[in-house]
Amino acid sequence: MSSQNKALGSSIARKFAMALSGLFLLIFLLQHLIINFTSVISADMFNAASHFMGTNALVQFALQPVLAFGVFFHLIMGMVLEMKNRSSRPIKYAYSKPEESSTWMSRNMIITGIMVMLFLGLHFYDFWLPELKTKFIDGVWNIDNRYFHELQEKFMDPVRVGIYVLAFIFLALHLMHGFQSAFQSVGFRHNKYTPIIKKVSTIYAIVVPAGFIFIAMFHFLAH
Amino acid sequence: MNLTLKIWRQKDAKAAGAIETYQVSEISEHMSFLEMMDVLNERLITEGKDPVAFDHDCREGICGMCSMYINGEPHGPDRGVTTCQLHMRKFKDGDTIHIEPWRAQAFPIIKDLVVDRTAFDRIIQAGGYVSVNTSGNSQDANAIPIPKEDADNAFDAATCIGCGACVAACKNSSAMLFVSAKVSQLALLPQGQVERKDRVLNMVDQMDAEGFGNCSNTGACEIECPKGISLENIARMNREFISASISKG
Ligand code: SF4
Ligand code: FES
Repeated sequence: MSSQNKALGSSIARKFAMALSGLFLLIFLLQHLIINFTSVISADMFNAASHFMGTNALVQFALQPVLAFGVFFHLIMGMVLEMKNRSSRPIKYAYSKPEESSTWMSRNMIITGIMVMLFLGLHFYDFWLPELKTKFIDGVWNIDNRYFHELQEKFMDPVRVGIYVLAFIFLALHLMHGFQSAFQSVGFRHNKYTPIIKKVSTIYAIVVPAGFIFIAMFHFLAH
Repeated sequence: MNLTLKIWRQKDAKAAGAIETYQVSEISEHMSFLEMMDVLNERLITEGKDPVAFDHDCREGICGMCSMYINGEPHGPDRGVTTCQLHMRKFKDGDTIHIEPWRAQAFPIIKDLVVDRTAFDRIIQAGGYVSVNTSGNSQDANAIPIPKEDADNAFDAATCIGCGACVAACKNSSAMLFVSAKVSQLALLPQGQVERKDRVLNMVDQMDAEGFGNCSNTGACEIECPKGISLENIARMNREFISASISKG
């Protein structure tokens, strides 16, 4: 009779899974920012870090598939939940003031999320596909100084930089709700720690996307 | 004061409804919102028209029957009050007031502003109880020591009147605040321990089966709840559910 026997059958199990995949992506994002940031400091450092990430077996064959699954899962589950939620209110209110009781960010996770995913499509096209081609089609694994050059080339185009900036603004909006919300979903709420988590959440949601924007602008302007 | 009311009228569960406009005059600012509705209905009756159907019972904020979505918010613009406790002094002469029923798949409309909230009753039946020995030798509840903090939290959760404003306010029509209040109230007390795991699993199961949406932590429920039920309860229910799912397989 009970749906909890089916994996991810219940609303709370789904919410929990959504939070865990989100928290995992938050850690990944921070790691990604740190590596990107080395490109501002020195080309060699960036090349070395990228080469390590691109050739290390653990990263490539363990972490990368987990990451791909995490992204895919977060996206698909987000869509499934959104569809269910929409069908839970077939007739909308004629007059409603949702802004009185919740933030725009919390109500529009699907919009900000889809914008980020669209951006990921471009990001894969820009960096991941060429990377796969270099490694698996051309069979080149050992050139360790090409990454910085590729990065500079991409950020010469003002349109691309503009899209990057916009995408990271959407990401910031997504994280402002998502970060602290994940803690509530896994049941972590505490009189003393929850206000701290909310502060850290806001700082993370601004600083991390701003960091990515800074790096893109830096390379654009450095040209 | 004179007011324009835009009210959702719907003949029965199957009929297509529509917003209709009414004028009411000489409304005292000391009236409650429901008294204002009574004034309108008395007039409609004398005119030989069908009065607006709405739920109400205690008219003092304890039964949870009144349920109007007023000017875009459940129970109207005031905080910590039910529709019956909302005073007309919250409005100004000449205002237009929008009045709609709770909107949710799980709360089908019966007529006008009256919705069927028996989904909540079925959730309670699924686990919102404690089993007590009634053979005549049951222990006095007061004889069981309970930490003050737990007693307070259980009491706060127990103040939920089951009005459904949380569902009405939630963009996802989620019933998590209501269900979590009922789960918390019993999970915090020694009397609730026997069925603790089954309770949360069965109540959440029933909640899902009723067609309520998924909670996405917008927090609208907590703001709109007339009894100030805290999101703390939802976090507790998430914990209860996950640990019960793991230990019960
Ligand atoms: S939690 Fe609040 S809004 Fe929801 S049913 Fe209980 S009293 Fe009403
Ligand atoms: S009529 Fe009882 S709570 Fe409003």
